[in-house]
Amino acid sequence: MTELTQEHATDSKVWSQDFIKGMTEEGESLSEINPESGPLGGSAAKAHSHGGDSHGGGVGVPDSSRAGRLTSYNLADFPAITGREEEWRFTPLKRLRGLDRVGIKGVKLNGPAPLVEVSAPDGVTVETVGREDARIGTAGIPEDRVAAAAWENFSEATIVTLPAEFAGNADNVTTLTLTGQGDAPAASHVVVIAKKFATGVVVLDHRGTAVLSENIEILVEDGANLTVVSIQDWNDDAVHASAQHLLVGRDAKIKHVVINLGGDLLRTTPAARYSGTGADVEMYGLYFADAGQHLEQRLFVDHSTKNCKSRVTYKGALQGDNAHAVWIGDVLIRKQAEGTDTYEMNRNLILTQGARADSVPNLEIETGMIEGAGHASATGRFDDEQLFYLQARGIEESVARRLVVRGFLNEVIQHIQVPALEERLRESVERELAATPQ
Amino acid sequence: MSTLEIKDLHVSIETEQGIKPILKGVSLTINTGETHAIMGPNGSGKSTLASTIAGHPRYTVDSGSITLDGEDVLAMTVDQRARAGLFLAMQYPVEIPGVTMTNFLRTAKTAIDGEAPKLRTWTKDVKAAMAQLRIEPEFAERNVNEGFSGGEKKRHEILQLELLRPKFAILDETDSGLDVDALKVVSEGVNRSIEAGGLGTLLITHYTRILRYIKPQFVHVFVDGAIAEQGGAELADRLEAEGYDRYLVAESATA
Repeated sequence: MTELTQEHATDSKVWSQDFIKGMTEEGESLSEINPESGPLGGSAAKAHSHGGDSHGGGVGVPDSSRAGRLTSYNLADFPAITGREEEWRFTPLKRLRGLDRVGIKGVKLNGPAPLVEVSAPDGVTVETVGREDARIGTAGIPEDRVAAAAWENFSEATIVTLPAEFAGNADNVTTLTLTGQGDAPAASHVVVIAKKFATGVVVLDHRGTAVLSENIEILVEDGANLTVVSIQDWNDDAVHASAQHLLVGRDAKIKHVVINLGGDLLRTTPAARYSGTGADVEMYGLYFADAGQHLEQRLFVDHSTKNCKSRVTYKGALQGDNAHAVWIGDVLIRKQAEGTDTYEMNRNLILTQGARADSVPNLEIETGMIEGAGHASATGRFDDEQLFYLQARGIEESVARRLVVRGFLNEVIQHIQVPALEERLRESVERELAATPQ
Repeated sequence: MSTLEIKDLHVSIETEQGIKPILKGVSLTINTGETHAIMGPNGSGKSTLASTIAGHPRYTVDSGSITLDGEDVLAMTVDQRARAGLFLAMQYPVEIPGVTMTNFLRTAKTAIDGEAPKLRTWTKDVKAAMAQLRIEPEFAERNVNEGFSGGEKKRHEILQLELLRPKFAILDETDSGLDVDALKVVSEGVNRSIEAGGLGTLLITHYTRILRYIKPQFVHVFVDGAIAEQGGAELADRLEAEGYDRYLVAESATA
């Protein structure tokens, strides 16, 4: 909780473990006596009609609950986006360059997909396959219109497979470099599969210029331990919507890292689901929004199985006029997901005037029988008093600023645990800082 | 030997009610090896003097001068002043998220000295200084002042004083909010810095308590933005016995 005291907490609610444990009995008895009138009655009622079906449709369930969000492989199932929807209200649609209007008035999504360059250790297979490949769709289903458009329009998919019991580590990383092929709206599809008991690291490195809508499926089979790092370091004019679907098996572990640095508009929507018990999801994010950039991160963790854990840590720095970062963290603990342990945290550091960070954690709990559930969100400003303090110790202003931001973001970088990648990201952060408007 | 010279200093701040003068002609000269105590009631301008010397942007110098060995301090940025040898131990040290004490101390030392300290001796120096100030070793890995108690923050200010070795230390109510034990530890740290030599000290305090541990040669009483009385250590004893009442009475009588 020291996280919150040092800054101006704009929106923070935290349930300590004790509180939840205290709630356990009360929640139980309420649901038995009168499920409709309890504090969780509304969402508990939804779980009755949709519980157990993680891909359930959204009929009759309010837009505000993630349990009821529409999912479909078909673009036609999604209504046109107006910008008033909960999931689109922060996104400047005009800057999506048509990704939101595919199929409307002849808008197409048929530009050349990013060029994929592969660097993989022996044993890991990387294939280019057609749409009919049976592995496509095993880990994900689109949850918004833009992702559905990409699903309908990609022509070839790249599939990365870590074979069963593959022993990967920080020294034999699989890297896919996806280089944008210009500004014609394009679709792409990537599937990453860690077979049973495989361990390893996969890096998806996005660069160049693109207007791209992408689906990434990440399938972590039972007992596997996979790290996926998705780096978005595009040219300044790029637009990228990336739906990342995680499906995590029994006793499996996924560390998912999103690095959003370069591009005009980045909208990254990772969603983690569980297919077995005892699984562990760690999601990290780092973003650095410069003047005019819109970096949006929307997380979803869907606890539908027992005794699973999730930890979400996203940190962002913002600088310059109209730098805008959005972080939405949805966590749903379904009625059957007893023994869930979840905590999500977002922190923003605003370096200059004119930048804006929106941070909204949402926690829906349909059972009281959990280990713990909490979230924290704080947005702080690097203020004049901090600057004065550091300068009063002889440290120049530019160095002081760097010291603070480096330390702030390092908390995420050090969790990647791939030294070469950590070094590169530290350099990227330095480069962003060097451009700090004074 | 160095000299910090303040001449006829007038300082104001901007408030919602308009510009408010705080210091109304302060002159003071401190030489290396001297310890000066500035005492006075709340709102008399003691802390304004400290912050103005350090260069806090909130304070506007309307007239007068501050020089360090003849160099114009007022023309320097905050960090230049620190590198020139001025150190302000703050009344309310701020928390700096994301920056560990270790990193901060090394960066500050490098900035002040103009070169990075030798790693082995530096680590040893930091550890020894921390131990003397009864600072637990794990504080080295904590973020600057984050979650520190009031007493811990003050001890860290003195830690910096001992490690950065300035020419002049301005201690802004370093004693406030400390219990007797912490006050002793902090005072010992200040005395070590004084005994090490090469330091002039400006000790700003509301209470006489700290003067039992740190002995000033000069005492200046601040009232309403100006020095109302000056003397030796005996003046502090008199203030301890009588308080500030007689200055305040005199002020209201002339008002």
